[in-house]
Amino acid sequence: MNLLVIFFAAIFVNNFVLSKFLGICPFLGVSKKVETAAGMSLAVTFVMAMASAATYLVYNFILVKFNIPYLYNIAFILIIASLVQFIEMFIKKSSPTLYQALGVYLPLITTNCAVLGVTVSNMQDNYNFIESIVNGVGAALGFGLAIILFAGIRERIERNNILSAVKGFPIALISAGLMSIAFLGFSGLL
Amino acid sequence: MDINSIIAPVLSIGGLGIIFGGILGFAAQKFKVKQDPKIPLIRECLPGANCGGCGFAGCDAFAQSVAEKKAKVNGCPVGGAAVAEKIANIMGIENTASVKMTAFVKCKGNCTVSNSKYEYYGINDCKMESALANGSKSCSYGCLGDGTCVKACNFGALSIVDGVAYVDSTKCTACGQCVSACPKNLIELVPFENKVRVACNSKDNGKTVKANCSVGCIGCKLCERNCEFNAVTVENFLAKIDYSKCTQCGVCAEKCPAKAIIK
Repeated sequence: MNLLVIFFAAIFVNNFVLSKFLGICPFLGVSKKVETAAGMSLAVTFVMAMASAATYLVYNFILVKFNIPYLYNIAFILIIASLVQFIEMFIKKSSPTLYQALGVYLPLITTNCAVLGVTVSNMQDNYNFIESIVNGVGAALGFGLAIILFAGIRERIERNNILSAVKGFPIALISAGLMSIAFLGFSGLL
Repeated sequence: MDINSIIAPVLSIGGLGIIFGGILGFAAQKFKVKQDPKIPLIRECLPGANCGGCGFAGCDAFAQSVAEKKAKVNGCPVGGAAVAEKIANIMGIENTASVKMTAFVKCKGNCTVSNSKYEYYGINDCKMESALANGSKSCSYGCLGDGTCVKACNFGALSIVDGVAYVDSTKCTACGQCVSACPKNLIELVPFENKVRVACNSKDNGKTVKANCSVGCIGCKLCERNCEFNAVTVENFLAKIDYSKCTQCGVCAEKCPAKAIIK
Protein backbone atom coordinates (compact mmCIF):
# COMPACT_ATOMS: atom_id res chain seq x y z
CA MET A 1 0.00 0.00 0.00
CA ASN A 2 2.79 2.33 0.97
CA LEU A 3 4.51 1.58 -2.34
CA LEU A 4 1.33 2.40 -4.27
CA VAL A 5 1.04 5.73 -2.48
CA ILE A 6 4.66 6.59 -3.31
CA PHE A 7 4.14 5.52 -6.93
CA PHE A 8 1.01 7.57 -7.63
CA ALA A 9 2.21 10.51 -5.58
CA ALA A 10 5.32 10.62 -7.76
CA ILE A 11 3.28 10.53 -10.97
CA PHE A 12 0.51 13.00 -10.18
CA VAL A 13 0.88 14.95 -6.96
CA ASN A 14 4.62 15.53 -6.99
CA ASN A 15 4.92 15.54 -10.76
CA PHE A 16 8.54 16.47 -11.34
CA VAL A 17 7.93 18.76 -14.26
CA LEU A 18 4.64 20.41 -13.39
CA SER A 19 4.81 20.57 -9.58
CA LYS A 20 8.51 20.59 -8.75
CA PHE A 21 9.65 22.34 -11.95
CA LEU A 22 12.56 20.00 -12.54
CA GLY A 23 13.59 18.83 -16.00
CA ILE A 24 12.09 21.83 -17.77
CA CYS A 25 14.81 21.82 -20.43
CA PRO A 26 13.90 18.46 -22.02
CA PHE A 27 10.24 19.21 -21.28
CA LEU A 28 10.38 22.19 -23.64
CA GLY A 29 13.11 20.94 -25.93
CA VAL A 30 11.95 17.45 -26.84
CA SER A 31 8.20 18.03 -26.92
CA LYS A 32 7.62 19.08 -30.51
CA LYS A 33 6.39 15.66 -31.59
CA VAL A 34 4.60 12.96 -29.61
CA GLU A 35 6.91 10.34 -31.08
CA THR A 36 10.15 11.93 -29.86
CA ALA A 37 8.53 12.78 -26.52
CA ALA A 38 7.67 9.12 -26.05
CA GLY A 39 11.26 8.12 -26.90
CA MET A 40 12.62 10.58 -24.39
CA SER A 41 10.30 9.47 -21.60
CA LEU A 42 11.17 5.83 -22.25
CA ALA A 43 14.86 6.63 -21.86
CA VAL A 44 14.21 8.72 -18.74
CA THR A 45 12.23 5.90 -17.12
CA PHE A 46 15.10 3.54 -17.72
CA VAL A 47 17.76 5.89 -16.35
CA MET A 48 15.74 7.05 -13.33
CA ALA A 49 15.08 3.49 -12.16
CA MET A 50 18.75 2.55 -12.53
CA ALA A 51 19.96 5.79 -10.94
CA SER A 52 17.61 5.40 -7.97
CA ALA A 53 19.00 1.94 -7.27
CA ALA A 54 22.65 2.88 -7.77
CA THR A 55 22.54 6.09 -5.71
CA TYR A 56 20.75 4.30 -2.86
CA LEU A 57 23.53 1.76 -2.66
CA VAL A 58 26.33 4.31 -2.86
CA TYR A 59 24.71 6.70 -0.40
CA ASN A 60 24.00 4.12 2.28
CA PHE A 61 27.03 1.88 1.93
CA ILE A 62 29.71 4.44 1.12
CA LEU A 63 28.73 8.00 2.02
CA VAL A 64 26.95 7.24 5.30
CA LYS A 65 29.57 4.71 6.31
CA PHE A 66 32.45 7.15 5.86
CA ASN A 67 30.39 9.87 7.54
CA ILE A 68 30.48 12.15 4.50
CA PRO A 69 26.81 12.36 3.40
CA TYR A 70 27.27 16.08 2.68
CA LEU A 71 29.10 15.08 -0.52
CA TYR A 72 25.96 13.48 -1.98
CA ASN A 73 25.62 16.02 -4.82
CA ILE A 74 29.05 15.29 -6.25
CA ALA A 75 28.68 11.56 -5.78
CA PHE A 76 25.23 11.43 -7.36
CA ILE A 77 26.27 13.43 -10.41
CA LEU A 78 29.25 11.13 -10.83
CA ILE A 79 27.04 8.06 -10.57
CA ILE A 80 24.38 9.32 -12.97
CA ALA A 81 26.85 10.50 -15.59
CA SER A 82 28.84 7.28 -15.64
CA LEU A 83 25.70 5.17 -15.42
CA VAL A 84 24.24 6.83 -18.51
CA GLN A 85 27.52 6.37 -20.37
CA PHE A 86 27.69 2.74 -19.39
CA ILE A 87 24.07 2.06 -20.33
CA GLU A 88 24.61 3.73 -23.69
CA MET A 89 27.59 1.52 -24.49
CA PHE A 90 25.81 -1.58 -23.24
CA ILE A 91 22.67 -0.93 -25.29
CA LYS A 92 24.69 -0.08 -28.39
CA LYS A 93 26.28 -3.50 -28.23
CA SER A 94 23.41 -5.64 -27.01
CA SER A 95 20.36 -4.12 -28.68
CA PRO A 96 20.96 -1.86 -31.70
CA THR A 97 17.20 -1.42 -32.20
CA LEU A 98 16.70 -0.05 -28.69
CA TYR A 99 19.81 2.08 -29.18
CA GLN A 100 18.31 3.62 -32.29
CA ALA A 101 15.00 4.22 -30.53
CA LEU A 102 16.64 5.96 -27.56
CA GLY A 103 19.51 7.26 -29.67
CA VAL A 104 20.16 10.93 -29.05
CA TYR A 105 18.08 11.07 -25.86
CA LEU A 106 20.38 8.99 -23.69
CA PRO A 107 23.30 11.47 -23.56
CA LEU A 108 20.80 14.30 -23.04
CA ILE A 109 19.57 12.67 -19.85
CA THR A 110 22.96 13.06 -18.17
CA THR A 111 22.14 16.71 -17.70
CA ASN A 112 18.47 16.21 -16.91
CA CYS A 113 18.10 17.65 -13.42
CA ALA A 114 14.97 15.57 -12.80
CA VAL A 115 17.21 12.51 -12.50
CA LEU A 116 19.35 14.18 -9.85
CA GLY A 117 16.16 15.49 -8.27
CA VAL A 118 14.63 12.06 -7.86
CA THR A 119 17.77 10.62 -6.28
CA VAL A 120 18.02 13.53 -3.84
CA SER A 121 14.35 13.24 -2.90
CA ASN A 122 14.82 9.49 -2.31
CA MET A 123 17.57 10.35 0.13
CA GLN A 124 15.70 13.17 1.88
CA ASP A 125 12.56 11.07 2.34
CA ASN A 126 14.58 8.18 3.74
CA TYR A 127 13.17 5.68 1.28
CA ASN A 128 14.48 2.12 1.40
CA PHE A 129 15.85 0.31 -1.66
CA ILE A 130 12.49 -0.84 -3.10
CA GLU A 131 10.77 2.46 -2.31
CA SER A 132 13.57 4.36 -4.03
CA ILE A 133 13.15 2.39 -7.24
CA VAL A 134 9.34 2.74 -7.12
CA ASN A 135 9.70 6.48 -6.58
CA GLY A 136 12.18 6.66 -9.46
CA VAL A 137 9.92 4.81 -11.88
CA GLY A 138 6.88 6.81 -10.73
CA ALA A 139 8.68 10.12 -11.17
CA ALA A 140 9.83 9.06 -14.63
CA LEU A 141 6.30 8.06 -15.64
CA GLY A 142 5.07 11.40 -14.35
CA PHE A 143 7.72 13.10 -16.48
CA GLY A 144 6.63 10.99 -19.46
CA LEU A 145 2.96 11.78 -18.88
CA ALA A 146 3.66 15.51 -18.75
CA ILE A 147 5.95 15.58 -21.78
CA ILE A 148 3.70 13.42 -23.98
CA LEU A 149 0.57 15.40 -23.09
CA PHE A 150 2.48 18.60 -23.75
CA ALA A 151 3.76 17.32 -27.09
CA GLY A 152 0.17 16.51 -28.10
CA ILE A 153 -0.90 20.03 -27.20
CA ARG A 154 2.04 21.55 -29.08
CA GLU A 155 1.27 19.52 -32.21
CA ARG A 156 -2.24 21.00 -32.12
CA ILE A 157 -0.93 24.51 -31.52
CA GLU A 158 1.43 24.16 -34.48
CA ARG A 159 -1.51 23.59 -36.82
CA ASN A 160 -3.45 26.55 -35.51
CA ASN A 161 -3.31 30.17 -36.47
CA ILE A 162 -1.57 31.66 -33.44
CA LEU A 163 -1.28 35.36 -32.80
CA SER A 164 2.13 36.19 -34.25
CA ALA A 165 3.26 37.92 -31.03
CA VAL A 166 3.12 34.66 -29.06
CA LYS A 167 3.85 32.24 -31.90
CA GLY A 168 6.33 29.46 -31.17
CA PHE A 169 8.03 29.51 -27.80
CA PRO A 170 5.86 32.03 -25.91
CA ILE A 171 2.67 30.05 -26.53
CA ALA A 172 4.51 26.88 -25.47
CA LEU A 173 5.47 28.50 -22.17
CA ILE A 174 1.92 29.74 -21.64
CA SER A 175 0.47 26.30 -22.24
CA ALA A 176 3.08 24.73 -19.96
CA GLY A 177 1.97 27.13 -17.23
CA LEU A 178 -1.68 26.24 -17.78
CA MET A 179 -0.81 22.53 -17.60
CA SER A 180 1.00 23.15 -14.34
CA ILE A 181 -2.09 24.84 -12.90
CA ALA A 182 -4.19 21.89 -14.06
CA PHE A 183 -1.86 19.47 -12.27
CA LEU A 184 -2.26 21.56 -9.12
CA GLY A 185 -5.68 19.91 -8.93
CA PHE A 186 -4.00 16.63 -8.00
CA SER A 187 -2.43 18.10 -4.89
CA GLY A 188 -5.40 17.20 -2.70
CA LEU A 189 -5.47 13.63 -3.98
CA LEU A 190 -3.19 11.95 -1.44
CA MET B 1 41.00 18.95 13.46
CA ASP B 2 40.59 15.35 12.58
CA ILE B 3 42.72 14.53 9.57
CA ASN B 4 40.26 11.74 8.74
CA SER B 5 37.59 14.26 7.81
CA ILE B 6 39.81 15.24 4.88
CA ILE B 7 41.20 11.87 3.94
CA ALA B 8 37.89 9.96 4.00
CA PRO B 9 36.08 12.16 1.45
CA VAL B 10 39.11 12.39 -0.82
CA LEU B 11 39.61 8.66 -0.82
CA SER B 12 35.97 7.64 -1.13
CA ILE B 13 34.94 10.13 -3.82
CA GLY B 14 38.26 9.77 -5.62
CA GLY B 15 37.92 6.01 -5.34
CA LEU B 16 34.40 6.14 -6.76
CA GLY B 17 35.69 8.23 -9.66
CA ILE B 18 38.51 5.80 -10.37
CA ILE B 19 36.21 2.78 -10.13
CA PHE B 20 33.61 4.30 -12.45
CA GLY B 21 36.34 5.44 -14.84
CA GLY B 22 37.77 1.96 -14.86
CA ILE B 23 34.37 0.38 -15.50
CA LEU B 24 33.69 2.78 -18.37
CA GLY B 25 37.12 2.19 -19.87
CA PHE B 26 36.64 -1.55 -19.63
CA ALA B 27 33.12 -1.29 -21.06
CA ALA B 28 34.35 0.83 -23.97
CA GLN B 29 36.71 -2.00 -24.92
CA LYS B 30 34.31 -4.81 -24.17
CA PHE B 31 31.25 -3.33 -25.85
CA LYS B 32 33.06 -1.90 -28.86
CA VAL B 33 30.87 -2.00 -31.94
CA LYS B 34 32.76 -2.48 -35.15
CA GLN B 35 31.69 0.10 -37.68
CA ASP B 36 32.25 -0.14 -41.38
CA PRO B 37 34.79 2.57 -42.32
CA LYS B 38 32.73 3.26 -45.43
CA ILE B 39 29.75 4.53 -43.42
CA PRO B 40 31.19 7.93 -42.42
CA LEU B 41 32.57 8.39 -45.96
CA ILE B 42 29.15 7.75 -47.50
CA ARG B 43 27.48 9.90 -44.89
CA GLU B 44 29.72 12.80 -45.89
CA CYS B 45 28.50 12.69 -49.51
CA LEU B 46 24.84 12.86 -48.53
CA PRO B 47 22.96 16.17 -48.35
CA GLY B 48 22.24 15.74 -44.64
CA ALA B 49 18.69 17.07 -44.69
CA ASN B 50 17.47 13.88 -42.96
CA CYS B 51 14.29 14.17 -45.04
CA GLY B 52 13.64 10.43 -45.21
CA GLY B 53 13.02 10.52 -48.96
CA CYS B 54 15.12 7.38 -49.39
CA GLY B 55 12.75 5.44 -47.14
CA PHE B 56 15.24 5.20 -44.26
CA ALA B 57 15.20 7.09 -40.97
CA GLY B 58 17.59 9.82 -42.06
CA CYS B 59 20.95 10.08 -43.78
CA ASP B 60 22.85 8.01 -41.19
CA ALA B 61 20.50 5.07 -41.55
CA PHE B 62 20.71 5.30 -45.33
CA ALA B 63 24.53 5.39 -45.27
CA GLN B 64 24.57 2.29 -43.10
CA SER B 65 22.17 0.43 -45.38
CA VAL B 66 24.28 1.30 -48.42
CA ALA B 67 27.41 0.05 -46.69
CA GLU B 68 25.59 -3.18 -45.86
CA LYS B 69 24.48 -3.37 -49.51
CA LYS B 70 20.84 -3.31 -48.47
CA ALA B 71 20.19 -0.05 -50.31
CA LYS B 72 21.15 1.03 -53.78
CA VAL B 73 23.85 3.68 -54.26
CA ASN B 74 21.35 5.89 -56.10
CA GLY B 75 18.78 5.61 -53.31
CA CYS B 76 19.06 9.26 -52.31
CA PRO B 77 16.51 11.19 -54.36
CA VAL B 78 17.72 14.55 -53.09
CA GLY B 79 21.36 14.16 -54.06
CA GLY B 80 20.48 12.67 -57.43
CA ALA B 81 23.07 11.50 -59.92
CA ALA B 82 25.98 13.49 -58.49
CA VAL B 83 25.73 11.91 -55.04
CA ALA B 84 25.04 8.47 -56.50
CA GLU B 85 28.28 8.77 -58.48
CA LYS B 86 30.32 9.59 -55.35
CA ILE B 87 28.77 6.78 -53.31
CA ALA B 88 29.33 4.34 -56.15
CA ASN B 89 33.03 5.29 -56.12
CA ILE B 90 33.24 4.61 -52.38
CA MET B 91 31.48 1.30 -52.70
CA GLY B 92 33.55 0.43 -55.77
CA ILE B 93 30.59 -0.49 -57.95
CA GLU B 94 29.05 0.88 -61.14
CA ASN B 95 26.41 3.54 -60.72
CA THR B 96 23.21 2.53 -62.43
CA ALA B 97 21.54 5.54 -63.96
CA SER B 98 18.84 7.11 -61.85
CA VAL B 99 15.89 8.98 -63.29
CA LYS B 100 15.34 12.43 -61.85
CA MET B 101 11.91 12.63 -60.28
CA THR B 102 9.77 15.52 -59.18
CA ALA B 103 6.62 15.88 -57.12
CA PHE B 104 3.46 16.68 -59.04
CA VAL B 105 0.06 17.79 -57.72
CA LYS B 106 -2.68 15.94 -59.56
CA CYS B 107 -5.23 18.73 -59.37
CA LYS B 108 -5.69 22.06 -61.08
CA GLY B 109 -9.11 22.83 -59.69
CA ASN B 110 -8.41 26.34 -58.49
CA CYS B 111 -10.89 28.81 -57.02
CA THR B 112 -12.33 29.87 -60.40
CA VAL B 113 -12.94 26.47 -62.01
CA SER B 114 -14.15 24.31 -59.13
CA ASN B 115 -17.10 24.65 -56.76
CA SER B 116 -17.26 24.36 -53.02
CA LYS B 117 -19.70 22.70 -50.65
CA TYR B 118 -19.33 25.14 -47.77
CA GLU B 119 -17.16 27.95 -46.47
CA TYR B 120 -14.38 26.60 -44.28
CA TYR B 121 -13.30 28.78 -41.37
CA GLY B 122 -11.39 26.24 -39.28
CA ILE B 123 -7.72 25.59 -38.62
CA ASN B 124 -5.63 26.28 -41.70
CA ASP B 125 -4.57 22.70 -42.32
CA CYS B 126 -5.61 20.18 -44.98
CA LYS B 127 -5.78 17.26 -42.53
CA MET B 128 -8.13 19.22 -40.29
CA GLU B 129 -10.27 20.42 -43.17
CA SER B 130 -10.56 17.01 -44.81
CA ALA B 131 -11.79 15.60 -41.49
CA LEU B 132 -14.82 17.86 -41.88
CA ALA B 133 -16.99 16.19 -44.55
CA ASN B 134 -13.96 15.58 -46.80
CA GLY B 135 -13.17 19.28 -47.02
CA SER B 136 -14.99 22.26 -48.42
CA LYS B 137 -14.37 21.41 -52.06
CA SER B 138 -17.29 19.82 -53.93
CA CYS B 139 -14.85 17.36 -55.45
CA SER B 140 -13.79 15.03 -52.65
CA TYR B 141 -10.51 14.22 -54.43
CA GLY B 142 -9.29 17.77 -55.04
CA CYS B 143 -6.62 19.96 -53.46
CA LEU B 144 -7.90 21.86 -50.42
CA GLY B 145 -5.15 24.46 -50.66
CA ASP B 146 -4.50 24.83 -46.94
CA GLY B 147 -0.81 24.17 -47.51
CA THR B 148 -0.06 21.11 -45.37
CA CYS B 149 2.36 20.06 -48.13
CA VAL B 150 3.95 23.54 -48.13
CA LYS B 151 4.70 23.15 -44.42
CA ALA B 152 6.04 19.63 -44.99
CA CYS B 153 8.49 20.72 -47.71
CA ASN B 154 12.05 21.26 -46.44
CA PHE B 155 13.21 22.85 -49.68
CA GLY B 156 10.64 25.59 -50.28
CA ALA B 157 9.50 23.97 -53.52
CA LEU B 158 5.78 24.10 -52.83
CA SER B 159 3.44 27.05 -52.78
CA ILE B 160 -0.30 27.61 -52.91
CA VAL B 161 -1.29 29.36 -56.13
CA ASP B 162 -4.93 30.38 -56.45
CA GLY B 163 -6.07 27.76 -53.92
CA VAL B 164 -4.14 24.82 -55.36
CA ALA B 165 -0.71 23.52 -54.40
CA TYR B 166 1.97 24.08 -57.01
CA VAL B 167 5.38 22.39 -57.21
CA ASP B 168 8.38 24.34 -58.39
CA SER B 169 10.13 21.40 -60.04
CA THR B 170 13.46 23.21 -60.19
CA LYS B 171 13.54 23.29 -56.38
CA CYS B 172 11.88 19.91 -55.82
CA THR B 173 14.23 17.15 -54.71
CA ALA B 174 11.62 14.37 -54.84
CA CYS B 175 12.13 13.51 -51.20
CA GLY B 176 8.46 12.56 -50.89
CA GLN B 177 7.64 14.47 -47.69
CA CYS B 178 4.68 16.19 -49.35
CA VAL B 179 3.46 12.87 -50.78
CA SER B 180 2.96 11.50 -47.30
CA ALA B 181 1.70 14.81 -45.88
CA CYS B 182 -1.23 15.21 -48.31
CA PRO B 183 -4.42 13.75 -46.79
CA LYS B 184 -5.95 13.47 -50.28
CA ASN B 185 -2.97 11.51 -51.69
CA LEU B 186 -2.88 14.04 -54.48
CA ILE B 187 0.85 14.39 -54.83
CA GLU B 188 2.82 11.87 -56.82
CA LEU B 189 6.47 11.50 -57.78
CA VAL B 190 6.77 11.57 -61.56
CA PRO B 191 9.77 11.60 -63.91
CA PHE B 192 11.08 15.14 -64.25
CA GLU B 193 11.41 14.86 -68.05
CA ASN B 194 7.84 13.66 -68.64
CA LYS B 195 5.85 16.85 -69.02
CA VAL B 196 2.59 15.23 -70.20
CA ARG B 197 0.72 14.45 -66.98
CA VAL B 198 -2.86 13.97 -65.83
CA ALA B 199 -3.72 16.87 -63.55
CA CYS B 200 -6.74 15.26 -61.92
CA ASN B 201 -7.29 12.61 -59.28
CA SER B 202 -11.08 12.32 -59.35
CA LYS B 203 -12.51 8.82 -59.52
CA ASP B 204 -16.05 10.17 -59.71
CA ASN B 205 -18.08 9.56 -62.87
CA GLY B 206 -18.17 12.16 -65.62
CA LYS B 207 -21.42 13.76 -64.61
CA THR B 208 -20.35 14.34 -61.00
CA VAL B 209 -16.98 15.68 -62.11
CA LYS B 210 -18.66 18.10 -64.55
CA ALA B 211 -20.89 19.42 -61.77
CA ASN B 212 -17.96 19.94 -59.39
CA CYS B 213 -15.14 21.19 -61.56
CA SER B 214 -14.62 22.28 -65.14
CA VAL B 215 -11.08 20.94 -65.49
CA GLY B 216 -11.58 17.44 -64.07
CA CYS B 217 -11.08 14.16 -65.91
CA ILE B 218 -14.50 12.84 -66.89
CA GLY B 219 -13.27 9.46 -68.08
CA CYS B 220 -14.35 9.93 -71.73
CA LYS B 221 -11.44 7.78 -72.98
CA LEU B 222 -10.64 10.14 -75.87
CA CYS B 223 -7.02 10.14 -74.70
CA GLU B 224 -6.90 6.37 -74.51
CA ARG B 225 -8.24 6.00 -78.07
CA ASN B 226 -6.00 8.65 -79.54
CA CYS B 227 -2.73 7.52 -78.01
CA GLU B 228 -0.65 5.68 -80.63
CA PHE B 229 1.63 4.15 -78.03
CA ASN B 230 -0.96 2.65 -75.65
CA ALA B 231 0.50 4.82 -72.92
CA VAL B 232 -2.82 6.14 -71.60
CA THR B 233 -5.40 3.99 -69.85
CA VAL B 234 -8.65 5.06 -68.23
CA GLU B 235 -9.66 3.27 -65.05
CA ASN B 236 -12.38 4.35 -62.61
CA PHE B 237 -13.17 7.38 -64.80
CA LEU B 238 -9.60 8.58 -64.45
CA ALA B 239 -6.87 8.69 -67.10
CA LYS B 240 -3.45 7.34 -66.19
CA ILE B 241 -0.26 7.78 -68.19
CA ASP B 242 2.37 5.06 -68.29
CA TYR B 243 5.51 7.21 -68.23
CA SER B 244 7.69 4.41 -69.60
CA LYS B 245 5.62 4.26 -72.79
CA CYS B 246 4.78 7.96 -73.17
CA THR B 247 6.70 9.72 -75.95
CA GLN B 248 5.33 13.13 -74.99
CA CYS B 249 3.71 13.68 -78.38
CA GLY B 250 0.95 15.57 -76.58
CA VAL B 251 -1.97 14.23 -78.63
CA CYS B 252 -3.87 13.25 -75.47
CA ALA B 253 -3.49 16.74 -74.03
CA GLU B 254 -4.88 18.27 -77.26
CA LYS B 255 -7.81 15.86 -77.45
CA CYS B 256 -8.83 16.14 -73.80
CA PRO B 257 -12.14 18.05 -73.72
CA ALA B 258 -11.69 19.14 -70.10
CA LYS B 259 -7.97 19.96 -70.52
CA ALA B 260 -7.26 17.72 -67.54
CA ILE B 261 -4.09 16.47 -69.22
CA ILE B 262 -1.34 19.05 -69.23
CA LYS B 263 1.69 19.32 -71.43
